[in-house]
Amino acid sequence: MESMVTIYLFGKKYEVPENLTIMCAMEYCGYQLVRGCGCRNGFCGACATIYRIKGDRELKACLACQTKVQNDMYIATLPFFPLVKAVYDVEKIPTTEQVMMQLYPEIYACIGCNACTKACTQELNVMQYIAYAQRGEFEKCAEESFDCVMCGVCSSRCPAGISHPQVAMLARRITGKYLAPKTEHLEDRVREIKNGTFEELLSNLMQKPISEMKELYNNREIEK
Amino acid sequence: MYTNEKMLESIKKVEANRAANTVMEPARMTAEEKENVLATYHPDYKQSEFVTLQIGPNKGEKVPTELAAILQANSRINPADIDLSKVDYDVDVLVIGGGGAGSSAAIEAHEAGANVMIVTKLRIGDANTMMAEGGIQAADKPNDSPAIHYVDAFGGGHFAAKPELLYRLVNEAPEAIQWLNNLGVEFDKMPDGTMVTTHGGGTSRKRMHAAKDYSGAEIMRTLRDEVLNRGIPVVDFTAAIELILDENGRAAGAVLMNMETKELLIARAKTVIIATGGAGRMHYQGFPTSNHYGATADGLVLGYRAGAKLLYADTLQYHPTGAAYPQQIFGALVTEKVRSLGAKLVNVNGEVFMHPLETRDVCASSVIRECARGNGVETDQGLAVWLDTPMIEIKNGEGTIEKRIPAMMRMFGKYGIDIRKEPILIYPTLHYQNGGLDISADGMTTNVENLFVAGEAVGGIHGRNRLMGNSLLDIIVFGRSAGKNAAAKAKNVEIGALSLAHVDNFAREMAEAGIETDVVSPKLLPNYTNQKPI
Repeated sequence: MESMVTIYLFGKKYEVPENLTIMCAMEYCGYQLVRGCGCRNGFCGACATIYRIKGDRELKACLACQTKVQNDMYIATLPFFPLVKAVYDVEKIPTTEQVMMQLYPEIYACIGCNACTKACTQELNVMQYIAYAQRGEFEKCAEESFDCVMCGVCSSRCPAGISHPQVAMLARRITGKYLAPKTEHLEDRVREIKNGTFEELLSNLMQKPISEMKELYNNREIEK
Repeated sequence: MYTNEKMLESIKKVEANRAANTVMEPARMTAEEKENVLATYHPDYKQSEFVTLQIGPNKGEKVPTELAAILQANSRINPADIDLSKVDYDVDVLVIGGGGAGSSAAIEAHEAGANVMIVTKLRIGDANTMMAEGGIQAADKPNDSPAIHYVDAFGGGHFAAKPELLYRLVNEAPEAIQWLNNLGVEFDKMPDGTMVTTHGGGTSRKRMHAAKDYSGAEIMRTLRDEVLNRGIPVVDFTAAIELILDENGRAAGAVLMNMETKELLIARAKTVIIATGGAGRMHYQGFPTSNHYGATADGLVLGYRAGAKLLYADTLQYHPTGAAYPQQIFGALVTEKVRSLGAKLVNVNGEVFMHPLETRDVCASSVIRECARGNGVETDQGLAVWLDTPMIEIKNGEGTIEKRIPAMMRMFGKYGIDIRKEPILIYPTLHYQNGGLDISADGMTTNVENLFVAGEAVGGIHGRNRLMGNSLLDIIVFGRSAGKNAAAKAKNVEIGALSLAHVDNFAREMAEAGIETDVVSPKLLPNYTNQKPI
């Protein structure tokens, strides 16, 4: 016999098995989800949800697909939050803090309340990565924000109107494109391919009878 | 947290053998052993789960029962009710699907100067791409070459890949990595810029590039950002529910449906790209899935009804390591990278029963066999075996798990399981659609002109099984290629009168074959309401 708990979906009371995630509990109650449901695995940020346990003053945030229901849980999903996404040409942007001043000047209005960090569904240190972005320390910002699923809960709690996930997105692209070390072996290989280095090898393989390919495959040397 | 006594007892055996198991090198299976385990235990070989198609371009061929039910089903529209003269969107290139393939295609079509738009039934980025954890293959190291990559993939796919497609996959792989890197994707690198690469199941060289275990998410969010920067229109929460052809039988647009208001809209296009992804949410043979909520084989249905041929639609990939415990994450992906980093598969008695890096189909079959032999661990959902994650830290040093597979650590950590110290329970989960629409090397379907396909909806790139890291690769290589080619083709297209005659014809064929069904398709979303949660 499954134990049941009481939850309130948008204020309405339901009884659901205690083992369910919030997302499965909604479906158990009869919701056919269209919004607020994506990868169901904690990667896409579609199912941002805020909740409060009866009697507790603190408002908490989570991903509905990654969080178990609790007794007396008041649940409201946040399937969309209007983040500000600055449009830019990645080929032409500065790679210093100038870019933040131009595209996301509101980050300099951060009042240090740390509401973003407290709200993060991925338990990231959001305020810290915004501080890195302010100072143009994009590699640090990229590292600190790497696990961000862009659900937007941080921004919903921000008194300064910062769109934290978009700021981090910009910092990561700058890091990946400009600041991370260049990969010589990759550039060499692309050049070799453009020069047709492997054409003959490949066209030989493409024409080989299956029996020969089997022979090749079954006896190939595997790097330790 | 593990509380079940039998599990705890088994964990003790796993722990007792851990040191010895970590250093041992299990034997690889011979070709015969692989064939045997596949034939006996792989779900693709279970004849009772397949039926023969009675109509359409693949009439007479076998496909999974659940797929046949949506391929030979009723349209969501009655063509007589649709006014094709009232065009809501008129573009050069229509991309259906907002995952990695669709986004790459849109970026390249835009780069080529085409008027391109994306329609997607959920949001851009709601796709299996976002969930790909382990990595992306490319032969860019000095000890590797596209030819070696070709042999690995061709053999791993049981020598069934279309050579002209596989050639493009491996030969354009390094450039795909470079393209992503130039867009700002952060690959794991050494301080001197050398890519950190590992093995995947069935690879003979370490060519798996990664961005921690958020590889797909990192790629997808970057592509999405680029699509938005370019101002490419993205019509979200809008599904394509039928292709539109012109009077000459060439693809010329789609009937769209707003997922929330059910309003129907008409998109006219000179070329169409199907990039609708996979089918995990069809739950073939009752398997759980690692796939995205929208993975319901829509593109196969749209294409089939319009006359496009399928290739290898009878073959699915069951990822060997789906989470089997706790229940809340049943079926979720445990990335192959966990095994790449040194974790081995261990049975209830603490014994290593196979080499952890056999190809996925062999590995999944071997796990199913081990459970059938009575060596599985019982869970509420069935049977499972251990994946001994603490081995990773023994082999590579403390801190490796947090640095290289943080998403896995977080996923299990939420349920009180510290994968650095405790092993995890796994069982195969439905992961990938090996088959799909048949295309030629330029990405266009073999028998519907101006209809392109990219990504998981394509069949034939990998053959009858796919290696880890070749799917993130194919969405980029074939997504980009479809975008370029569809844009080029669009330059010389004069669209004839729009038509939905193929929908009527298909209904007639169904009636003539005596197929009566209440099923409407494409399915668009699974129905989990009031049911046993999956």
